[in-house]
Amino acid sequence: MKTLVITERDESDIRLGSLSAIGFAQSLPASVVDTLCVADVCGVNPTADAHAAVIAAAVRQHSYELVVAAATTYAKDVVGRTAGLCGGSMASDVIGHRFDGEQLLLDRPMFAGAVTATVILNNSPRFITVRAAAYNPVDISSVNSLSSLDTASLDVDYSDVPSAQWKSLASRASHRPDVTEAKIVVSGGRAFKSSEDFERLVGGLADGLGGATGSSRALVDAGITPNDLQVGQTGKIVAPDIYIALGISGAVQHLAGMKNSKTIIAVNTDPDAPIFSVADFGLVGDVYEVVPQLIAELNG
Amino acid sequence: MKILVTCKRVPDTDQKIHVKEDGSGIDDSNLAYVLNPFDAIAVEEALRIREEDKSGDEIQIVAVGVGTTDYEAELRTALAMGADRAILVENSTLMDPWTVANTIAAVVERELPDLVLMGKQAVDDDANQTGQFLAALLQWPQATFASKIEFGGLGLRVARETDQGIEEIEVPLPAVVTADLRLNEPRYASLPSILKARKKEIEIIPHADLQIDVATQLEVLSMKSEISQRSCVMLEDVNSLMEIISP
Ligand SMILES: Cc1cc2nc3c(=O)[nH]c(=O)nc-3n(C[C@H](O)[C@H](O)[C@H](O)COP(=O)(O)OP(=O)(O)OC[C@H]3O[C@@H](n4cnc5c(N)ncnc54)[C@H](O)[C@@H]3O)c2cc1C
Ligand SMILES: Nc1ncnc2c1ncn2[C@@H]1O[C@H](COP(=O)(O)O)[C@@H](O)[C@H]1O
Repeated sequence: MKTLVITERDESDIRLGSLSAIGFAQSLPASVVDTLCVADVCGVNPTADAHAAVIAAAVRQHSYELVVAAATTYAKDVVGRTAGLCGGSMASDVIGHRFDGEQLLLDRPMFAGAVTATVILNNSPRFITVRAAAYNPVDISSVNSLSSLDTASLDVDYSDVPSAQWKSLASRASHRPDVTEAKIVVSGGRAFKSSEDFERLVGGLADGLGGATGSSRALVDAGITPNDLQVGQTGKIVAPDIYIALGISGAVQHLAGMKNSKTIIAVNTDPDAPIFSVADFGLVGDVYEVVPQLIAELNG
Repeated sequence: MKILVTCKRVPDTDQKIHVKEDGSGIDDSNLAYVLNPFDAIAVEEALRIREEDKSGDEIQIVAVGVGTTDYEAELRTALAMGADRAILVENSTLMDPWTVANTIAAVVERELPDLVLMGKQAVDDDANQTGQFLAALLQWPQATFASKIEFGGLGLRVARETDQGIEEIEVPLPAVVTADLRLNEPRYASLPSILKARKKEIEIIPHADLQIDVATQLEVLSMKSEISQRSCVMLEDVNSLMEIISP
């Protein structure tokens, strides 16, 4: 299968999720795998309209049969549009695959992860976004052995490409790892009353453990945490080694984003909170009492 | 100005979803349905655009659903919130995002809206594809995952929720915009407006009349329920928790 993997990079290097997308692509039999880094397409700040036109041209002119990317907001936006330009054969958020003869069967979650559906894509080119947490990342050194597509050689007709314009990105400077990439994630829910409390307690514990911070939707809606910390059905999907849920009730929409973590630990004042039914370890307690003790122990 | 808002019927989000024994689909015998939460946000945004408009031009809001006759209930919700009229493209078969996008594109060609407002994802299939497909089909600019919309600049100034933070882009109209959770808090329809909505017109177009010639691209073969296999060990005190997180 002639495959193109769309990769993303941060300030320093290719993103971990993209390495997982390459891992997925390389696990398919007899595949040619090329990469295309989005930063090389139309500069660093893409708009979907222009980017999708370039990637669609690449797919057509190089006859790719499969386009793969990690299921990030970038990919949902741009790969979705590209698939739309190329016939609409797309599966998003793939978490598993197998072959039935020649046919590629894909598993993807539905209904906030309550259901896993097995799907097929009926036509080529096929577009697939994969959940990074579901696939092992390839070693970064092996990326260099893949050929990266030269977009200069593409013949892109921009005349019918609409002209959305990128203006700005309000990205928070954070010293913590990205919530989707960290081995330990400490997440806070409605129990936290202010940004200061969140930073001091959730942030403090994350720092003590060298982890990332996440949050439930309740805190994002309340303006206590920024949107890019939201874990869940409509936020980020994480699967760290340890996920610590502090004052989070465990709504299905939240569980959808973290239930595949290796070890789940929950702290909640309510012994009947649903989060305990998906956790490995639970402590009934007040986060305002428990977390300072943990931070003190870690720093002590 | 005309705004088209897409409306999908989905199971209410606080119910347990069970898969049928044979794995052919979900057991919908006891499910309550609602307007997809993101679509309610899209309807609300259209209403606010109309309410805040100072140009004095007429702003018409048209709700569109593609599905079974049951969709009338969710279209009535949109009408009760304040949409002017509704269109149901009636089709009783299961459709993938590609078929739906092509169908909505055909409605766009009839209605010629200046803006299509959609949800960023339907909370049943969680596909997050239909808006992007529609924008591609129409060759319109897209602004997905919108958390703020303002008129200005090239047409619309849109703040988008991305993994990296809030991005701002400008899009000329006509455009496709998909709503994220933070765009607004949808209103509840008042009893008088619910009663009034009963009298509003829902135009029903049989799917076949649109003569859309597309094949299903994404086919669901089977489903299974996901049940947590974990059993939780309840810890006595903070020290035992400490031992687990920092061995
Ligand atoms: C369409 C849709 C999409 C959604 N997407 C998401 C999503 O992506 N991510 C997400 O998280 N949610 C999402 N939600 C919202 C979700 O349904 C819940 O409302 C949300 O997760 C609740 O957040 P919470 O657990 O922080 O708050 P609550 O449900 O209010 O729970 C707070 C918990 O904290 C406990 N508590 C209170 N005080 C203390 C204390 N001092 N110490 C310890 N425990 C305490 C309480 O016992 C309670 O269990 C979505 C909802 C919808 C409808
Ligand atoms: N059958 C449908 N009828 C009307 N709108 C739909 C339908 N399916 C999807 N949509 C719209 O497309 C959005 C994204 O859906 P999806 O791509 O399925 O996640 C939804 O929030 C709706 O606004």
